[in-house]
Amino acid sequence: MSNTDEKLVRMANQIASFFKTQPGDKATASTAQHIKDFWDPSMIAQMRNLLANDVEGLDPIAHAAAKEVTAA
Amino acid sequence: MKDFIIPTSMDDITNDRDMGTPASKSLEMVTLTIDGFEVTVPAGTSVMRASNEAGIEVPKLCATDSLEAFGSCRLCVVEIEGRRGTPASCTTPVAEGMVVNTHTDKIKKIRKGVMELYISDHPLDCLTCAANGDCELQDMAGAVGLRDVRYEGTENHFEVRQNGEVNPKYIPKDDSNPYFAYDPAKCIVCSRCVRACEETQGTFALTIEGSGFNSRVSFGAKSDDALHSDCVSCGACVAACPTATLTEKSVIELGTPERSVITTCAYCGVGCSFKAELNGDEVVRMTPWKHGKANRGHSCVKGRFAYGYASHSDRILSPMIRDSIDQPWREVSYEEAIDFTSKKLRDIQAKHGQKSIGGITSSRCTNEETYLVQKMIRAVFGNNNTDTCARVCHSPTGYGLKTTFGTSAGTQDFDSVEDTDVVIVIGANPTDGHPVFASRLRKRLRQGAELIVIDPRRIDLLETPHMGKGHHLPLRPGTNVAILSAISHVIVTEGLHDEAFIRERCDWDEFSEYAAFISDERHSPEAMQLLTGVDAQALREAARAFARGGNGAIYYGLGVTEHSQGSTTVMAIANLAMMTGNIGRRGVGVNPLRGQNNVQGACDMGSFPHELPGYRHVSDDATRDIFEDLWGVTLDAEPGLRIPNMLDAAVDGTFKGIYIQGEDILQSDPDTHHVAAGLAAMDCVIVQDLFLNETANYAHVFLPGSTFLEKDGTFTNAERRINRVREVMKPKNGYADWQVTMLLANAMGANWTYTHPSQIMDEIAATTPGFANVTYEMLEERGSVQWPCNDNAPDGTPIMHIDGFVRGKGQFIITEYIATDERTGPRFPLLLTTGRILSQYNVGAQTRRTDNVVWHDEDLLEIHPQDAENRGIKDGDFVKLASRQGETSLRATITDRVSPGVVYTTFHHPDTQANVITTDFSDWATNCPEYKVTAVQVSQSNGPTDWQKDYNEQAAQSRRILPAAE
Ligand code: SF4
Ligand code: SF4
Ligand code: SF4
Ligand code: FES
Repeated sequence: MSNTDEKLVRMANQIASFFKTQPGDKATASTAQHIKDFWDPSMIAQMRNLLANDVEGLDPIAHAAAKEVTAA
Repeated sequence: MKDFIIPTSMDDITNDRDMGTPASKSLEMVTLTIDGFEVTVPAGTSVMRASNEAGIEVPKLCATDSLEAFGSCRLCVVEIEGRRGTPASCTTPVAEGMVVNTHTDKIKKIRKGVMELYISDHPLDCLTCAANGDCELQDMAGAVGLRDVRYEGTENHFEVRQNGEVNPKYIPKDDSNPYFAYDPAKCIVCSRCVRACEETQGTFALTIEGSGFNSRVSFGAKSDDALHSDCVSCGACVAACPTATLTEKSVIELGTPERSVITTCAYCGVGCSFKAELNGDEVVRMTPWKHGKANRGHSCVKGRFAYGYASHSDRILSPMIRDSIDQPWREVSYEEAIDFTSKKLRDIQAKHGQKSIGGITSSRCTNEETYLVQKMIRAVFGNNNTDTCARVCHSPTGYGLKTTFGTSAGTQDFDSVEDTDVVIVIGANPTDGHPVFASRLRKRLRQGAELIVIDPRRIDLLETPHMGKGHHLPLRPGTNVAILSAISHVIVTEGLHDEAFIRERCDWDEFSEYAAFISDERHSPEAMQLLTGVDAQALREAARAFARGGNGAIYYGLGVTEHSQGSTTVMAIANLAMMTGNIGRRGVGVNPLRGQNNVQGACDMGSFPHELPGYRHVSDDATRDIFEDLWGVTLDAEPGLRIPNMLDAAVDGTFKGIYIQGEDILQSDPDTHHVAAGLAAMDCVIVQDLFLNETANYAHVFLPGSTFLEKDGTFTNAERRINRVREVMKPKNGYADWQVTMLLANAMGANWTYTHPSQIMDEIAATTPGFANVTYEMLEERGSVQWPCNDNAPDGTPIMHIDGFVRGKGQFIITEYIATDERTGPRFPLLLTTGRILSQYNVGAQTRRTDNVVWHDEDLLEIHPQDAENRGIKDGDFVKLASRQGETSLRATITDRVSPGVVYTTFHHPDTQANVITTDFSDWATNCPEYKVTAVQVSQSNGPTDWQKDYNEQAAQSRRILPAAE
């Protein structure tokens, strides 16, 4: 995994770790929305690639959110 | 400069007349008669000021309208019918029906006598005096008709030798301060300087020593000259001095100025208004403008004195290009440079795609310039790869306040602090970072407001002379959220929250959910103590003081935002303000202290990759429509790259060209190695700046920038105030920055036709709702205005969220503390945090090129005595500072301002390269870098590290400029 891949995973995890603490069951949806709002398409493409290669280290919420964002 | 005798209202911004005493804020009006004229003024006004309102100027020496009346010179005496004697008009308040005579024979005689005494102890060298023509003593001698001095003092203070003997009363001139001189021979001991230092600046550096004829002004007992005293060189005493005793050295050298232009300081986010005083196009001095609403006639050493960089010989005045960064620079014409650049950028796009280039806007440039840069990127480059250095400082403010309140700006104006009863200052060091605001805050602290400082360091504000109660919560760096949660825990569990406010202004169910969360025992100060290092009892007291203390205001700085939980901390601050009902009126609020002069403006103007001007997301069709119609292009609906992502993409080979206006990302952004690698991987780096900055070492094109003295435009300060910047002199480099951007955009096919920045403001107003009613004409008339300024708020908005939050109901957010990934361990046991000092600014490119270096010529590492002793480090030793990222070396200074386990440094000097040390961890929401926490080790060292040596070598290589071709 390249340095920037690691960073992307870390960023997704950090976002998820905030939304996990919020009330309700919107953690995945909110994480996905945050990524959509702030990440540029090339970062999303890179994440898609990581998912395709069974990237390790993604938190389950971050993983679900990443899947949702990259599915589009 | 003579004053005019015309009646004025107190907010007439075209008039700088000294009214003698401060304006009264009373709403009750009083009518009296002065020399037969009836005049109506607010109760509490002095007779002197009332006369001035009536157009009658009473002679005065010790009074000036920036200071409380003192009543020592007795020149301003008047007669009042029905009262005995001759009261001083400056210290006598008006009363209903009062009948005042300012000019009777008796009074004339007294005044002449007073002046005679003064002049008998004053040298008569007016013709060669620096204050000639700008001296109140001279004016008053004229005003009272003094023609001869009957008695010669047996003793005086101004002759070096008297009767052939050394005069023991003579004190030689003190030239130690680089910017102003103190010549005691000319002092009339009116104590205006002493009072200015106390009342206006709040430093108390000056005192009057001795009494009667022997009283002298002194820079404190502990030192003998100005430079080594407590003086911070704000210049308030110099402005207040009626004689040549305290005078700017520039005036001594260049003569009294003949014209002036009102403009705005380009240093910090306070945004002080200044009068640039000139002879021809040479700046003689900058004096704080009394009608400036941010600074109210005050200034700090940077804005007042540190403008010399504008004419420094290091400034690059012609464009330069090179094919690769190992070559020396080649000076070329603008035409050639722009042609070279535009072709290169278009080539890159042809090869690597439309999104392979981008740009960075500047928080130092004007709103108009920033707007144009993002417009060029979006409309001409055709992508959203725009970002700004605000990313590295206040992006969490934007995110956090937008989420909680609905708009991402500070809620107050600076005047609001006058009504604050208890203030929290967290992660900010106002006396150094925002000095004029600090002076205004200190004034309030002296009046008894309570202070709570949450900071790893014992900042100077805590040592405000004559302040009321102060609390210091010295937390471990990185635990802001934990501390704020503990404070909220105390407030909620002790029932100190403002239920009425919450029910009315917020969602009660949401609050209840929050209250349940925060009441959990794990947030109690006792439970948090181990983590934060803050004494639980001290925290409880501070929390109670804030909740119960009346108007509570919170001011914060980069110590809040530059953390992995920066956005969460901002939301925790908003929670705290809402639960205590401290929003929507004077004296309260959430106040981000912005670092650079136009950080607020850079954010407002759409510098971020996901937001068009006015904080509207690029995916919003309606907003894109507005700009697409006006600009005649199709805009990308997806966010672009942020600075760290641009650098990542560069390293990965997909991002190849960048236009950087007025920023030095190599020095200011975290993890210098990574920034350098990113820049080195690009094919075209364009730097537009005043000097060959550090980033320029990696640039292929250098476009010369212009200073704030050389352009028209606007800056928006931390209180959302749009201030005019005015061209004082023509750009030495030929063009203002907005013109250079326009040259490049047009070379890439833009067809822009702006001829003046006012047209750019018109475009901003036409497209951005918060700016809808802003025009240059309006700013001309009012001086400044705070956005939003539109049909709903035609006079602008000094205080936000008055009747309700912008988003409707204020939102409480759950703020769980999550520790940063940056941890101390056996190899790196200390925590480094960074900050700034008063005399230097940001990466120091400007201030290092002024005499301000006498106060700070290198970055120092502050370390606690205990940590120093464990490592065998002595004060002044060269030490190695190492983190997981890299290492650098600098000198240590030993102090208990920092707690054991914490070290602190500034980042003003490129030699230090503090950011070689910092990590690339960042805020979860905005990627604002985590500057404020780095695990480090400190050890003895012999000198610069290898990196510093390599770096200096590369820099020297890269800065070579070929001699211009004949
Ligand atoms: S320059 Fe400012 S700090 Fe220094 S003595 Fe004068 S008023 Fe005080
Ligand atoms: S230095 Fe100037 S302001 Fe201060 S006491 Fe002397 S004359 Fe007055
Ligand atoms: S640096 Fe800040 S406080 Fe100092 S004069 Fe400029 S705007 Fe005012
Ligand atoms: S001006 Fe009133 S006593 Fe000096």
